[in-house]
Amino acid sequence: MHSLSVAEMASALTEGQCTSEELAQVFLDRIARFDTQLNSLITVDPERALAQARAADARRRQGGCGPLTGIPIIHKDIFLTQDQRTTCGSRMLERFVPHFDATIVARCAAAGLVTLGKSNMDEFAMGSSNETSYFGPVRNPWDTARVPGGSSGGSAAAVAARLAPLATGSDTGGSIRQPAALCGITGLKPTYGRVSRWGMIAFASSLDQAGVFGRDARDCALLLELMAGFDPRDSTSVDRPVPAYSASLEQSLAGLRVGVPAEFFGAGLEPAVGAAVETALAALKDLGATVHPVHLPNLGLSVPTYYTLAPAEASSNLSRFDGVRYGHRCEQPANLEDLYKRSRAEGFGTEVKRRIMIGTYVLSAGYYDAYYLKAQRCRRLITEDFRRAFETVDVLVGPTAPEVAFRLGEKTDDPVKMYLSDINTIAVNLAGLPGLSLPAGFVDGLPVGMQLIGPHFSEGRLLNVAHQFQRETDWHRQLPPAFA
Amino acid sequence: MEWEVVIGLEIHAQLATTSKIFSGAAIRYGAAPNTQACAIDLGYPGTLPVLNEAAVRMAVKFGLAVDAQIAPRSVFARKNYFYPDLPKGYQISQFELPVVSGGHLDIDLEDGGHKRVGITRAHLEEDAGKSLHEDFHGLTGIDLNRAGTPLLEIVSEPDMRSAKEAVAYMKKLHALVRYLEICDGNMQEGSFRCDANVSVRPRGATRLGTRCEIKNLNSFRFVERAINFEVERQIDVLESGGQIVQETRLYDSVKDETRTMRSKEEANDYRYFPDPDLLPLMIEPAFISTVRATLPELPDARRARFVSQYGLPDYDAAVLTTTRELADYYEQLVTQAPADAKLAANWVMGELAARLNEENLDITESRVSTAQLAGMLVRISDQTISGKLAKQVFEVLWTEGGEADAIIDRLGLRQITDTGAIEAMIDQILADNPAQLAQYRSGKDKLFGFFVGQAMKLTAGKANPAQLNELLRRKLDAE
Repeated sequence: MHSLSVAEMASALTEGQCTSEELAQVFLDRIARFDTQLNSLITVDPERALAQARAADARRRQGGCGPLTGIPIIHKDIFLTQDQRTTCGSRMLERFVPHFDATIVARCAAAGLVTLGKSNMDEFAMGSSNETSYFGPVRNPWDTARVPGGSSGGSAAAVAARLAPLATGSDTGGSIRQPAALCGITGLKPTYGRVSRWGMIAFASSLDQAGVFGRDARDCALLLELMAGFDPRDSTSVDRPVPAYSASLEQSLAGLRVGVPAEFFGAGLEPAVGAAVETALAALKDLGATVHPVHLPNLGLSVPTYYTLAPAEASSNLSRFDGVRYGHRCEQPANLEDLYKRSRAEGFGTEVKRRIMIGTYVLSAGYYDAYYLKAQRCRRLITEDFRRAFETVDVLVGPTAPEVAFRLGEKTDDPVKMYLSDINTIAVNLAGLPGLSLPAGFVDGLPVGMQLIGPHFSEGRLLNVAHQFQRETDWHRQLPPAFA
Repeated sequence: MEWEVVIGLEIHAQLATTSKIFSGAAIRYGAAPNTQACAIDLGYPGTLPVLNEAAVRMAVKFGLAVDAQIAPRSVFARKNYFYPDLPKGYQISQFELPVVSGGHLDIDLEDGGHKRVGITRAHLEEDAGKSLHEDFHGLTGIDLNRAGTPLLEIVSEPDMRSAKEAVAYMKKLHALVRYLEICDGNMQEGSFRCDANVSVRPRGATRLGTRCEIKNLNSFRFVERAINFEVERQIDVLESGGQIVQETRLYDSVKDETRTMRSKEEANDYRYFPDPDLLPLMIEPAFISTVRATLPELPDARRARFVSQYGLPDYDAAVLTTTRELADYYEQLVTQAPADAKLAANWVMGELAARLNEENLDITESRVSTAQLAGMLVRISDQTISGKLAKQVFEVLWTEGGEADAIIDRLGLRQITDTGAIEAMIDQILADNPAQLAQYRSGKDKLFGFFVGQAMKLTAGKANPAQLNELLRRKLDAE
């Protein structure tokens, strides 16, 4: 049951082969059995999940259900869930229980999805390996000595190990695509503004975007089409109709112009990963696509640009965690300054503090122009590179990450090395574009991810390309042997 | 040395919207603490601001009224600092690109002249909450009801040269925002408050002296006193060879002095940057046109019209247009008693103003309606009552209410205008006072007043004075 696609589960529910409650129980049992090895979940609430499943079954009997009614899901612990702890992977919010749902959580609930629990993540989504979580690192189901990627490492690992068929994630610099690649599943970061940010705890507001994880493109399409859409509570969400992504999956790729940016294949790319992507490109050609070399000359600016802008926004976004109204408060503060200093010193981990300090620095009087403003100019250059590329091609393709999953602890002492694992994904956030990662092979038993990037609001096209590729390949059907 | 005073004001006007600038929470002064604060106002994780269009509309209205530019694109920025009543750790304000810039306001000077004060900019921002230091046994309470209340911060050029000019500017602005109905102007509740930037320099110098900012002045009187104190302090420091330190100072109204709040070195680095949660505010010409259509007649225009339409002296027109409500009262009164606009002005500025002042009432709370007062003015104009006796009528209108005609009848105040009756009375008086008559006729003109007094005594003041004078003179000189 757990290895089925969501579409297959939905038809099993429709045909009465199983109930939502049974389906939820299958995954709850797998969580109980396997998650001690993975640590992919921070909160699991079987009672809540089963109650939602029974409600979904009742709804199905009354005939008022949608395509995903009764399908289990895991939400990244960055999304507020009403009356359910939401930690953002931080000690700061260890006991934080929101009184309302994030828009995407509410939309999933309204569609009848069943929330199994909340997934582990890098603290405040700051990390590329899921090692910065206050709740301990998540492990990669393909090799538990290795990281799942981050920051949505818990969601990716859980879907890869089939502890849930679907999960939500958030992506500020690659936090959906990189873990999807390292865990061998499909993950989509939509266009900035496509999905509401209301109820998603902010890391870097101009870059953050909620997205989806699934086994394959069709599952992602089904979830995205109910999550996406304008939200009057998010001023940056875009008022534009949501296409039926799942209805355009079968479109032919004949004539599709695929651009391959040379910059994605430069130094730092593990050759075997490059080779896997080259093989995947050949498969796209077989499907009728034409492949064209393109250039993104300013791509090299993206990591320093990102690590200026994202911390700047984060330093401000995280100011609200001051121990005054909610969140961690130190014991016996001597005075106001002591309250601030100790609450924040105790509540935040090392990586979060590092980024708050970088961000505070780049916004400071005398440094603002040299760092923040210059980074904004670089951001425009990068965006312009993509715009120019999309004048001649429909999608861009390259490796999602420069290498397969690395070992726990391998990069924790070298932040810059860690930051470089997002080198291929970060530019997409800076330009606000949609990006999708899908499985494209294995190197030494570890998954390789291929990234598809399209113009703004081309999610439908990306999902279509991914689906056509997945019709011809079975990388996405592979299960990590230890979790079969 | 002779010193020149240089003053610029930053005025925070709380906009009269029904909900907050970035959330749907209500704004009502005096509600129980934290009952008017939603998740957004609490700076709850995951919440986002959505701009209240009504606040933008009001800012544009203000900009048009002071002849300023409305930015087609303005940007909200975050002003970052930690304080317990600042829930997000930053205030959403406008920094580099404000919605309104480059306007002006003309003020009247004491010598009868006028002065144009430049308005550098006006920008939208959110207010913070309040820290409550009483009743918490050494702890501090936080009330976030005020957090997120929309403010328009109006920044003047350093164009004022005395505390009196500063107050004149502030009063003019106060009247304007109330005319525009964008701010209730309630200074006690903090809806209209002022920070004053004050410096002095030797007269004739072109460079500005080092300034101090005096925070949170919430009455016209305090503005004047604080500035005067600060000017004296700065002159004392300079004249005794010292230097002014740029700093923020607080005015203590009890001790009537300003004192250091924080120095420039202690000042926060606010790390302003554009708020990524809000798109730039784009204002289309069509939007400006719709706002322009809602502009009322502005105080200066109304004042000029009062002069031309009602023939009032400029002084009267200025007083009567001080507030929109007062001007409305006057205009309604004149519509109802059109015979003598100046008479109406005299009554509104005289008797009525005095009574309102005595009982500390606003014109909108006047016990005498325009219809009631008009009823009385009509009777003065048609000579039913004299202006002097009208005061009795007004007194009754004020204290008991009712209608002027009924009061005039009840009190028997109707003027005697019957020539025959007045003549008969004069004959009687002349017959009763032969000695005085003889003296008058032998040249003692001053006795004319004696005969008037006698007549008024006999009629209890009701004889029409003009008629009486004329008939009396004729009879006395008749011989």
